Amino acid sequence: MALDLGVFCKSTLDGEAVEHCFSSIFGLGQNADPSYLDWLMKSWGWTLAVAALGLALALILGALMGTLRTLPNNGRTSRLLVRFSTTWVELFRNIPVLVQVFLWYHVIPAFVPPLKALPSYWLVSIALGIFTSARIAEQVRAGIQSLPSGQRAAATALGLTTTQTYRYVILPMALRIVLPPLTSESMNVIKNSSVAFAVSVPELTLFAMQAQEETSHGVEIYLAVTALYALSAFAVNRVMTLIEKRSRIPGFIAASSDANLAH
Amino acid sequence: MKIQKFYAVAGFIFGLMLSSQSFAASATLDKIKSSGALTMGVRESSIPMSYTTGDSRFDGYHVEICRMILSDIREKLGMSTLRINYQPVTSQNRVPLVQNGTVDIECGTTTNNTARAKDVGFANTLYVEEVRIAVRANSGITSISQLAGKKVATTTGTTSVQLLRKHEKANGINFDEVYGKDHADSFLLLESGRADAFVMDGSILAGNIANSKNPKDFKIVGEVLATEPIAIMVPKNDPEFKAAVNAAIAKIVANGKMPGLWNKWFLSPIPPKNIVVGLELSPATKNAWANLNDKPAEDYNKK
Repeated sequence: MALDLGVFCKSTLDGEAVEHCFSSIFGLGQNADPSYLDWLMKSWGWTLAVAALGLALALILGALMGTLRTLPNNGRTSRLLVRFSTTWVELFRNIPVLVQVFLWYHVIPAFVPPLKALPSYWLVSIALGIFTSARIAEQVRAGIQSLPSGQRAAATALGLTTTQTYRYVILPMALRIVLPPLTSESMNVIKNSSVAFAVSVPELTLFAMQAQEETSHGVEIYLAVTALYALSAFAVNRVMTLIEKRSRIPGFIAASSDANLAH
Repeated sequence: MKIQKFYAVAGFIFGLMLSSQSFAASATLDKIKSSGALTMGVRESSIPMSYTTGDSRFDGYHVEICRMILSDIREKLGMSTLRINYQPVTSQNRVPLVQNGTVDIECGTTTNNTARAKDVGFANTLYVEEVRIAVRANSGITSISQLAGKKVATTTGTTSVQLLRKHEKANGINFDEVYGKDHADSFLLLESGRADAFVMDGSILAGNIANSKNPKDFKIVGEVLATEPIAIMVPKNDPEFKAAVNAAIAKIVANGKMPGLWNKWFLSPIPPKNIVVGLELSPATKNAWANLNDKPAEDYNKK
């Protein structure tokens, strides 16, 4: 079947071809009608914005909750924190992401009126961030627990407090170990951000559904949207690989596996 | 009365002529003949045009008309029974499903426009939709001019989205658009106060209001924003099947069945909840019955 890419140069108002495909974004045509390409780029921006916000939230909350789940059993506060973070993880990873988005959009603002003032993309990002944080927390916990117990014992022997132990000994090693699974999780955030269409964020999926209806060029529209999703996810993959390379300390991970052997 | 009878007879003879001469060339009619079955595309929740009444049963204004059309075609083909398989479709997949032959006749709420007419065929229009504005009764909004800067809900994948954009450009005003993923979702946006107005086809607005907890809290206001012919969709490259459908439609209209069908679906309690949609017959629809045609929406809005 022949692809008709000219559809992207058509005006979103009357379906006629416009002079510059990028008419309104780069200010090429003053006051020109926006083309479908302009709209595509704009919706890509929304996808990236929602995903970036969600990812930032997910990384912060996920690292925090994952760490809390591994706290040593020595006192009431730490026992409470472990229980809290376990509840967090079990609650948010057992609810489908679309349901969580609806919860944050329709249900929670009904009980907490100030949330009604928040724009919908914030609410989606919160939902996406919390959903992903539960998954990241489990990975961080796995990373911490994969460290030989000698590390913690050595930190205690040096007289470090719990906070210092995590800050200087455990987390620097554990976070390096979990970087590969974190990469997949970050790519997942980009892909999961497609649920935002359901609460009227004008992102790529919403663009695809609306534009294919208006132009009846579904194949071209979906191909373009697919390419942009794949490109975004791949870009995240490259950035994470770069971070992985840059943060690598020679002998660091290898040393810990040697220690494992010694046990 | 006499004239109507004449039309009925004329329609019948026309149909007979068709059946004897050109039916062999129609892929859809061949399929109906050989398999004894046909797939009708229906909507899940387009009350009262086409919707489910539960247990995979479907009914509605267009669905009932389609059943009448199909029984007419069955008679012409000389078959004793014709099994109808119902296939629910959505705004997104209805055109592709008719194009690839999964659905033989779609009886939903599809606007006949030139873009779609490149891919599918449309039978003669029996319902002309008017795009209107629904608001909360206490909002004080009575016209689209009062909606500048307000939140306006509409449903993703419908022609109303483009209509709003055109209106913004033409009048130099700005709406804050919010998009529901389906009509029920868009109505929820209006109900919960996330939107100040819901711009959509009049029948859908009336259906959603009738179905809500307190129908008195909402009303349909303002000018008609656009007029669109809603038509039964048939495969594109099958003029014989389209002609057979149109002949059946002509017969139904000539027999004077249309006002009764309108009363049944738009002005009387309908299953499953016995609500009344309460949409009066518009002059545009009456005109479509009087002058059967398959003109696309573009011809309606040329002024």
